[in-house]
Formats: sequence, C-alpha cells, structure tokens
Amino acid sequence: MSVLLIAEHNNKELKPFTLNAISAASQINEDVHVLVLGSNSDAVSKAASEVPNVKKVIHVNNPIYENYLAENFTSVVVKLSDNYSHIVCSANTFGKNLMPRVAALLDVSQVSDITKVISEDTFLRPIYAGNAFATVKSNDKIKCVTIRPTSFDPAPTSGGSAEIQNSDAGDATDLSKFIKKEEIKSDRPELGTARVVISGGRGMQSGDNFKLITAVADKLNAAIGASRAAVDAGYITNDHQVGQTGKVVVPDLYIAVGISGAIQHLAGMKESKVIVAINKDGEAPIFSVADYGLEADLFDALPKFLEELNKLNTIQK
Amino acid sequence: MKILVAVKRVIDYNVQIRVKDDGSGVVTDNVKMSTNPPDDNAIEEAVKIKEAGKANEVVAVTVGDDKAQETVRKALAVGADRGILVKVDGTIEPLAVSKVLQKIVEKEKPDLVFMGKQAIDDDCNQTGQMLAALLNWPQATFASKIEMKEKSLEVTREIDEGLETIEVNVPAIVTCDLRLNEPRYASLPNIMKAKKKPIEQINASDLGVDVKPRIEQIKVEEPPKRKAGIKVASVEELVQKLKNEAKVI
Repeated sequence: MSVLLIAEHNNKELKPFTLNAISAASQINEDVHVLVLGSNSDAVSKAASEVPNVKKVIHVNNPIYENYLAENFTSVVVKLSDNYSHIVCSANTFGKNLMPRVAALLDVSQVSDITKVISEDTFLRPIYAGNAFATVKSNDKIKCVTIRPTSFDPAPTSGGSAEIQNSDAGDATDLSKFIKKEEIKSDRPELGTARVVISGGRGMQSGDNFKLITAVADKLNAAIGASRAAVDAGYITNDHQVGQTGKVVVPDLYIAVGISGAIQHLAGMKESKVIVAINKDGEAPIFSVADYGLEADLFDALPKFLEELNKLNTIQK
Repeated sequence: MKILVAVKRVIDYNVQIRVKDDGSGVVTDNVKMSTNPPDDNAIEEAVKIKEAGKANEVVAVTVGDDKAQETVRKALAVGADRGILVKVDGTIEPLAVSKVLQKIVEKEKPDLVFMGKQAIDDDCNQTGQMLAALLNWPQATFASKIEMKEKSLEVTREIDEGLETIEVNVPAIVTCDLRLNEPRYASLPNIMKAKKKPIEQINASDLGVDVKPRIEQIKVEEPPKRKAGIKVASVEELVQKLKNEAKVI
C-alpha cells in the first residue's frame, strides 16, 4: 500500500515543513504520493514532483482551493483514501487543523505529532509536552498520522521526476469562508523555526529591560522568547511564551536569561540542541538542563555578552 | 443562543510528570489535577458572550470518571449555568470523545461548541476538529478572537505564519487558544453558588457509543536525559565555548 502526503503550500511554493513530512512518510513506506490542493498551483506540483522520495503527485487545481479551509480540503482526501494505507501531513497549524477532520470521517483514531517511525503501524510521540514519550500502535485499517517536522530532516528538493496527475475537481462547502491572512512581518525569525532563541524570565524585572535581550537577538538573528512568569508579569506579550502552554521550540541554540526553569518552561525548550543559562541563582533548576551555565547577574552579563559577540569576526546566521 | 463548552480534567501544568516504573503510563495517584488550561479560555469566552447578552445559556460538559465532576464544578463557579458529566472509566481517545460529544450536541442542540485547542496530557489536538467533521459543522481552530455576527462568527486564528481570519456559519465548533482571553478566578460566593447548580450524569454506554481505545499504547518512557553540562566562569569563556566547542554562533 502507499502513503498519501498532504502538501502545505502557498500556491507558489511548497512550505518547508512539507519536505520534513515527506522524509517521515518515506520511512513509513517508499511509495509516497503527494496531494497538492491549490489554485494556479502548477509550480507547487512541479516542485513536489522533483523531490526524489516522491513517486507520484496528485494535483487538484481549482479556485476553491486558493485558500486553505479544512472544510473544503477534507472531502478530496477522504475520496482518495481508499487507495492508501497511510495519510500523513505535518503537525503544524496546517496539519493539526486538517487531519482530525479527515480521520473522524474515516472513523480512524489519529496518531498525532510523531517524532519517530518505528514500523509502518508503530510510532513514537511525545506526550505531556515532551515530559514523556509514548510508543503507540495504530490498529486502524488506514493510519492517519501527523509528523513533528523538527524531528525529521527535510527531503532533498531536486533529482526526482514523479508523474503528475492533474485534475480540476472541486468540492466546495459553504460552511466557512476565508477572509484574510496577516503574516507577521518581522525581520526577526519566527519563534517556532528560529535557529537561535533567546528568552527572558522574571529575572528581567521589567518589560523595558527586555531591550538587553533584543540587542543580543539582533546580533544573533535570534527569535525572542519568554517564560510564563515574564508573560504573566506583563513584561512581554504571550506570543513569545515558550513552554507547555506556549510554544515548543527546538533551536540549535537556546539562551535562557533570568529564567529559573519551571517544569512548564523546560517542557518547551529542553529538546534544543545547545542550551545556555544565565542566572544569578546557582541552584536554579535551569542549570540542570543547560550545556553551558553562567552564574552571573544578567544586567552585567548581557551587555558583556553583546560586547564579546561584537568582537567576533563572523557570526552564523 | 446556547453555548456548549467541553472541558477536560488533566494533570496540573505545574506538576512534574513522572513515568510509572512499569512503563504503562504516567503517575496520576495523589497528583494535583486541574482544568486543561485552554479549556478555561473556552469557558471564559462563553461566559463573556452570555454577559454581553448574546447568549442565554452556557452548558459545561466533560467526559471522564467521577472525579471529572470537579472540572465541571469549576466551570459552573466561573459562570456556566449547568453541567453534564458523561461517565467513562479508563482511557478514552479523542475520536471516542467526539462521538460522545456528538450525542450530547444532538440532545442539547447548542448553537456553538467551544473547547480548548489541545489537552496538555495527550497533546492530541483532535477532538474539536473531529466533532466538527461528525456533525458536518464548520470549525474555527486555535481562535484568538471571536466576533459574533448575525448568523456567523468571524474568528481570528493563530497560525504558524501569523493570524488568519475566517468566517464560519453557525452552528460551529471553536477551539480556543490561550491568547483568546484572560480566564477569571472563581470568587468564594460563586464557588458556593456553583454547588447548587445541577450536573446531569450520563453513562457513555447509554449513549450507544463505542469508546474502546483503538490505539495500543505499547509503552511510556522518560524522555532522553540531557547529559550534565558545565558551568563557565565568565562571559568570555561562554562565547568561546559557543564559538569553538558547540559551534553554534
């Protein structure tokens, strides 16, 4: 049997996480078919066909798919499902919104947010915000699986030449309507995908003091995060919150400044590749997960850190 | 306008999760339990809509064991009018919960169903979308703003790229993000009053829904432990280590 992967795109290009999901899909079964639902989206179906792991692209090109509405996408996926053993997509806001709607109509108990493919029916997935990992086996005839993108390498984007099967079949509902999308226009990388994240906690003492964090973030091209305590204290808005009830981040470098390391914060960042903690309390739990701990007053350390960074000839972006 | 709000009892977000030695799950005995955090936002939003005169009844429902009643009681203490406990023992998957909720929706006939976007125990993020599918209703997931229109809702959704606004016809399912509002605390008089509000108890088996788990949980284990790091003596040393040892800057 084959795997049907639902692509996320903007009608011009594939979204990067789709490539990570393709890698995971090909670990389940080598016969990966990519479904592109879009409008004037030939460039996307072509890009998908050039991914070497992809064996076939099903491109449904219809104006009703210009914007992504789960209500409209679901019926196409359900109709195609007979031919597949697995339906997969990335576990970001795209896939989280869509897959359960598909799974319920197929009467399938979905496996969400897998971090490892153990066999074609058995997967590893984090629960309790990564404080435990469950190995689960799906016994449904069709398996609906969403993939944690950061746990799989992206598939290569060239070298393949899969067959593209085109259709313009549309199946619109009038249940919902797209109105607008406001993409956050920021020079700063997005918290969920940034290579470097620097976060401040209650130790920052005020919102104004976050400018110390901002200065370092500018230098490192980092996203800015915060602990729940800093958000609750009103230092920064909650879209910066890292933790169990905020965002889960997995950057190459995570710098925790003035953060004690409450369980709920650790749950959101402890999978980061390298963790730095700067805190004046040497007993703070954050040091137990830090690769490099600096026991120091952040108000001395942050300006000095910036100064030292400025001395470096090159900084990775 | 009637709003049904689904709430779930979970391990409190401040509790350190411990995995059972036999790998069968996590320790829940003598552990503090609370309402799933975004479910508090769902209740708050429903109560606010009622207070604004745009809804006349807020019903809180949960699916779980006897103790899940506490979670409904808490919803009543912050303004829900009455509660429903659908009794199930043991593990219940989102697909089964959505089938149970479908039966409750058919009985209660609400105009809107609100719930949190995800439960912080199993982290599935499925129930709202599944319920919407089973009812063939529209879904507005990860809502950070809800505007009531004549026969529809305009909902701003938190998505990876930023914000998206959609309009959904009523009846609809809305799953709530933490940014939707600031949940209130229950006052003591309201906690007392909530004790008198009715909670209807229904057995899931009486609803004719198969709630048996479909997914086999083979084992639960601790996350891989990070190896202990080092303390550096100065900012200079930190920068040198990051540059030359970790090679991340």
